[in-house]
Amino acid sequence: MSSTPVAGPPRFAMRGIRKVFGATIALDGVDLSVNQGEICGLIGQNGAGKSTLMSILSGALQPDAGEMWIEGRPFTPHSPIDARRAGVAMIYQELSLAPHLSVMENIMMGAEPMRLGLVDWPRMREMATRALAALGHTDIPPDAIVGSLSVAAQQIVEIARAIAVGSRVLVLDEPTSSLGRADVEHLFELLRHLKSQGHAIVYISHFIEEVKTVADRYMVLRDGRNAGGGDTASATHDEIVALMVGQSVGNLFPRSPRTSGEAILEVNALEPGAASFALHRGEIFGVAGVLGSGRTRLLRTLFGLEPVRSGRVRVGVYSGVARPHERWMQGMGLLSEDRKEEGLALTLDVADNVTMSKLSPFGPAGLVFPARQRSAAMRWIAELAIKCAGPWRKAGELSGGNQQKIAIARLLHHDVDILVLDEPTRGIDVGSKAQIYRLIDALVADAPDHKPRAVLMVSSYLPELLGLCDRIAVMQRGRLAEAVPAASLTEHDLLMAVTAGTAA
Amino acid sequence: MTTRSLVERAGTFVGLVLVAMIFGMLIGPQFFAPTNLELMARQMAIVSIAAVGMTIVIVSGGIDLSVGSMIALCTVVIAQLLRMGVSPLFAAAGAIATAALCGAVNGALITQLRVVPFIVTLGTMLVIRGAAKGLGEERRIEAPATWLNDLLRVTRGEALLPSGIWAVILLSVLVALLLRYTRFGRHVFAIGSNERMARLCGVAITRTKIVVYALSAAFVGFAGLLQFSKLSVGDPTVAVGLELDVIAAVIIGGGSLSGGRGTVAGTLIGAAIMTVIQIGCSQKGLANWVQQIVTGGIIVAAVALDRIRTQSGTP
Repeated sequence: MSSTPVAGPPRFAMRGIRKVFGATIALDGVDLSVNQGEICGLIGQNGAGKSTLMSILSGALQPDAGEMWIEGRPFTPHSPIDARRAGVAMIYQELSLAPHLSVMENIMMGAEPMRLGLVDWPRMREMATRALAALGHTDIPPDAIVGSLSVAAQQIVEIARAIAVGSRVLVLDEPTSSLGRADVEHLFELLRHLKSQGHAIVYISHFIEEVKTVADRYMVLRDGRNAGGGDTASATHDEIVALMVGQSVGNLFPRSPRTSGEAILEVNALEPGAASFALHRGEIFGVAGVLGSGRTRLLRTLFGLEPVRSGRVRVGVYSGVARPHERWMQGMGLLSEDRKEEGLALTLDVADNVTMSKLSPFGPAGLVFPARQRSAAMRWIAELAIKCAGPWRKAGELSGGNQQKIAIARLLHHDVDILVLDEPTRGIDVGSKAQIYRLIDALVADAPDHKPRAVLMVSSYLPELLGLCDRIAVMQRGRLAEAVPAASLTEHDLLMAVTAGTAA
Repeated sequence: MTTRSLVERAGTFVGLVLVAMIFGMLIGPQFFAPTNLELMARQMAIVSIAAVGMTIVIVSGGIDLSVGSMIALCTVVIAQLLRMGVSPLFAAAGAIATAALCGAVNGALITQLRVVPFIVTLGTMLVIRGAAKGLGEERRIEAPATWLNDLLRVTRGEALLPSGIWAVILLSVLVALLLRYTRFGRHVFAIGSNERMARLCGVAITRTKIVVYALSAAFVGFAGLLQFSKLSVGDPTVAVGLELDVIAAVIIGGGSLSGGRGTVAGTLIGAAIMTVIQIGCSQKGLANWVQQIVTGGIIVAAVALDRIRTQSGTP
């Protein structure tokens, strides 16, 4: 499956791309080029800069330095519309289709054929049919309502739209995450077909095996730089993982003396998640897995936010399924991965956000005295060094790191024994990260005055799991594997395990 | 009280003072005479108490369009009960209970059928109006005169204000305290601000929402009692479209239709602004259509100003 060498300039090229956000260098001199009739796999860990790079290609962000060309002509998109006009089509995990409209309307959206100022329906049907036929998918009727199609078929509609409007560069971001095996095979066939027609494709995936199967070349990003790349035919999984893993982060992760105590959470054959494990006091249990592997769903199921299909859960002395308010009463608290949509009420003040799960200490008979509520919040503001003018400030006015501390403070205010943390450091600055690491470590450390707590955490950032956790279990395509001691793992091993899930 | 929320509340209050001053200058000092102020208070009582209830619903992120119909139903219920020889106190209680039941049904439909409040209460607006007409046999129901007819009577200096207005003031204070100083009140804000967070925090969302609609409707029931007092008959066709005045009062007062924001004090000021415009216009001899244009403009301007103010406040 080697690409035929082509004469002339590559279909698109990026050179020396640099992008800085505040103090963070997201991209530092990245090069990427793809020829016509070629599929290039783009690989990198979370935070390596893949999405920033693709945002620049798609015009959503402007680079601070560097140049881009499409077919040898300079390309400087100022908005996604510019990029689309120049022929760059992005297909994200979350498809951007109008579910209530028909397949043909979606395919021809924004480029509807008109006659005398009215939509020319026969011609629209003809053009959409032709676009689908070009992809070898005459099985999708142009009159079908998009929302009634399978995810795989919707993805094809989105690709058909990109082709129909004359896109020359196609970027697919994690296209297989919501597809079944057979659909993945079909998608790969389609991509090879598009390649043979001369399209240039960038294929982003966590799954190295997928990239090896479908792509001609690969490029690895690490810490905002080109870490390496080459022909997929000659590369091994091991070599690619080695390129993704950087040097160790050092002693960002404190580790106080810990003693594993009683099992405070026991999970037996829980579905969804195929999970069986026990969590002990004085222990941090990590769940590693790529986005969409089912790790968040597992935590939400444990907490009663999603239904249990089968299996047993025991929290302390309580057995069986429970709703969130019962979990709180049983001494379990969940930190949501989605701070803005679920974790916090941004229009309410800090005190309300910290104390909402437990207002009972602030007055008798259902009363809440704001002064007591605020002084409770003040305690956590001081203890977690939250930067805000006071507990009456709206949560939405704070920075990401301080917001995250407020969400964590809720679990501390409730004084739970089991802290279930979903991506505890997502999207926050390095200083806040270090503080949160110290805090999590202190929660499970040996202490003379109270029993150590237990932490169950999910993270996409593998060094964080390796640095903090005692045991780690890998979640893959909805199934949780057996836990292994973190000390026996290297980042390389863990990344191998997490990315091994081959679709084909 | 923080300076920030003081400024936020003062914004609406400044609006009220401005509107009052404009009409004061147009009409003269008699606009502020005690009898005229009392007239305004009597005029705004019905919308005010219904709007205080609506504040709870809007803070929770909902809306209730069945308010006008509930008021009509309540006047009919009171009239029918009085004709049956029920004591005035029980007739009033019966009306308030009827309204609370309507509200509980609204809440149950919204939470159990998972249909948005706008649609559910649009439906029950018609259902309740129909029920009122059925119960009233499509005509006005005469009722024996009782003390219920005196709730909004002019005091002529005997008392400071009519008893109905004192009740409105007392109930408003209670709701303000309920929203600020109880677990229920904080849960209502949490649900309105971010329902997913409320669920994560273990707030009993279904139960709280049903209570919100039932409680709000109980205040509408009281508005129905005042409406009966004003009419002294049961009228199934009264208060058509009143829900829009009620919602407007909450919105002018700083409530947000997306939930999580709103205060009783703001709502009362909102109701006062609309009343001053109505009474001011009619005393100035301006036609009804002028009133409507001015009130409509104020609603849009108030919300637009509020948007600008909150956007500049947050980074």
